[in-house]
Amino acid sequence: MWTYIFRRVLYSIPILLGVNLITFLLFFMVSTPDDMARIQLGAKHVTEADIHTWKEEKGYNKPLFLNIDRSGSAILTDTIFYQKSMPLFQLDFGHSDSGRNINKDINERMWPSLALAIPSFIIALMTNIVFAMWMVMLLGTKLERMSLIFTVALMSISGLFYIIIAQKVVAGLWHWFPVSGYQGGFEAWRFVLLPVLIGVVAGLGSGVRWYRSIFLEEINKPYVNTARSKGLSEQQVLFKHVLKNAMIPILTGVVVVIPSLFMGSLIMESFFSIPGLGSYTIDAINSQDFAIVRAMVFLGSILYIVGLLLTDISYTWADPRVKFK
Amino acid sequence: MSFIWLWTDFLLWVLFALSVVAVVKIRGNELLLQKWQKVFAQPLALSAFIVFAFYILIGLSDSIHFRLDNSATTYSMLDRVLLPALEAEEKTYSTPLNFEQFSKEYLDNGLRGRVHLNLVSDEITNAGENTENLMSISANALFYAFVIFVGFILFLKKITSIHTQSNRAALATIFTLVFFCVWVVLMMPNYHILGTDKAGIDVFYKAVKSIRTGMIFGLLTTLLALPPAIILGLMAGYFKGKTDDVIQYIYTTINAIPGILLIAALVLILQVYMDEHASDYASALERSDLKLLLLCVILALTSWTGLCRLIRAETLKLSELEFVQAAKVFGVSNLKILFNHLLPNVMHLVLISIVLDFSGLVLIEAVLSYVGVGVDATTMSWGNMINAARLELSTDPVVWWPLASSFIFMFVLVLSANLFADRVRQVFDPKGDEDA
Repeated sequence: MWTYIFRRVLYSIPILLGVNLITFLLFFMVSTPDDMARIQLGAKHVTEADIHTWKEEKGYNKPLFLNIDRSGSAILTDTIFYQKSMPLFQLDFGHSDSGRNINKDINERMWPSLALAIPSFIIALMTNIVFAMWMVMLLGTKLERMSLIFTVALMSISGLFYIIIAQKVVAGLWHWFPVSGYQGGFEAWRFVLLPVLIGVVAGLGSGVRWYRSIFLEEINKPYVNTARSKGLSEQQVLFKHVLKNAMIPILTGVVVVIPSLFMGSLIMESFFSIPGLGSYTIDAINSQDFAIVRAMVFLGSILYIVGLLLTDISYTWADPRVKFK
Repeated sequence: MSFIWLWTDFLLWVLFALSVVAVVKIRGNELLLQKWQKVFAQPLALSAFIVFAFYILIGLSDSIHFRLDNSATTYSMLDRVLLPALEAEEKTYSTPLNFEQFSKEYLDNGLRGRVHLNLVSDEITNAGENTENLMSISANALFYAFVIFVGFILFLKKITSIHTQSNRAALATIFTLVFFCVWVVLMMPNYHILGTDKAGIDVFYKAVKSIRTGMIFGLLTTLLALPPAIILGLMAGYFKGKTDDVIQYIYTTINAIPGILLIAALVLILQVYMDEHASDYASALERSDLKLLLLCVILALTSWTGLCRLIRAETLKLSELEFVQAAKVFGVSNLKILFNHLLPNVMHLVLISIVLDFSGLVLIEAVLSYVGVGVDATTMSWGNMINAARLELSTDPVVWWPLASSFIFMFVLVLSANLFADRVRQVFDPKGDEDA
């Protein structure tokens, strides 16, 4: 088991290197440090000297991959690529183009993101499974067919509409919740509740359908018949037997996103002005702060890889037959 | 009159030609024909397809651009149809089907009141007359629609034998669409059907023009994503070994990068590039069109991996089967095995992914516009409409119609695409629920 995990961690190194190379190519080759300087310095009338000072300040005044003016290993290390991407592997994201400490920002903004993402994730998971089970119970009835079409309709509405309408009606007109904003500590729930509910409803259509298709694949297997013929109630058959056996496909889809919960939700956070990592990223995109976007891309990739690893490990827990070599 | 071919126009028509070829091929293949007949045997799927086809028709008519000899403006076919709405310029907001502006202002006679809209006939001066006029136009539309519909049925009866009983849903859909078209044609010279926006532009015009943007997102992206997904997927599954490792590495790496961030990063870079080379484009229209196309390329770059993985897994299974082994033994070349033996057997995956991805891609356009990495601000799209409408909702009284319009147009398209996709998946997926 541990050797397996160790090997998987080793495997993920080339992937991270690849991610790093791609993001580097994107951010430094296609748009050169000169372009970045122009964006950050803003105005159209920027002198060469201004650009030079800016590059000097931010450490962008080096060659991209090879520094032939230096000798020894410095040929490789005294370059933008090495200086800007190696620290990423130690999770040191450095400073944003506007001079903020990215690590500190991430530490601060992680918590509001988690306060929103974790409840959304858990409640959505449970609601989706319960509704999917309910639909499987009604299999073949008119009610099931109606609710199936209803889920398609739910799926067909852009998530933006759920947010805009709920924010306007529930928070704006009825004053049940604050329209936007955030407060740390225990009071956070008041600000988080509405976004969580919207997130759950917006994902209900596709979620329910996904779980339904998983359960439907199980429902015709012999063990279900056995359980039924033992005289178990339909609830017991579904929630005890089918759910347990459907665990592998469920885990495949679910576990991989758990680490990514850290990243927060771009849209939800910016609509509700929650100071999490999602709104951090969106602000960075809008102000074209490439250092932050690059840091978030790298962080997201690491979390995705961790998610893949966790998925594999969770299989052993769900199905004792799974063994790693 | 000179025709102007934008890149996306060209590609949409290529796509149309491809689908015509596909239809001809399906008609020649007994097995496929049966499957498609099964798809359309479900009334809901048939209705959904008719609505979907209607949208495509509008999108295609908006993809023929030309310039009249004596003017500098570029029109599309659709623009000419919607000309009254396009040319009637109002000053500011007005609610749907209203005869005067939304907000009060000082009139020529010194009193505060609402300005009469330019498009609406001067004879209508109060709400009662307005309603009466609307009713009479609608009644006319119903009458004409009925005449056209009956004519259509009689014509259809003559060329084929249709069973009106089993096609009831389809006929109802067609009648609704005919009525809608006639109603719009009669209404448009006299009213702003969905009101006007802040700059006095007809909202109905904007919503209809957005259809093309949505279609391009949903269709072109998939078209662009198919070649890499199919070729790499087949190669990975068939050659295995090193090839498989490399291809798997590529798509795992791309998958590892959070999708929306990768898209955002690519679009940011694209924006920087296009701003620098702003003088290279002949017109603003061409510029925004190229941006739309490149957005599709970017989305395709990030979305081919899912299908590639499915095709790889299926090919792995298939290449162990007798017919592939036999082909190998007979010395059939790898290329021929890949494209003649394996490709037809993974086509159902391709088809399912085309129809399933469509709606997601239409929806993501709105999200991208919101994040600030969407289509050009001058391109009409539902995303841009929603984005603008967000601020309008906080005004008092609420300006609700631009948001509602984009909602309805988008919802109908995505819903019909989803319902149709669902049926296609049910029929073509061997694992699909066979309850219908």
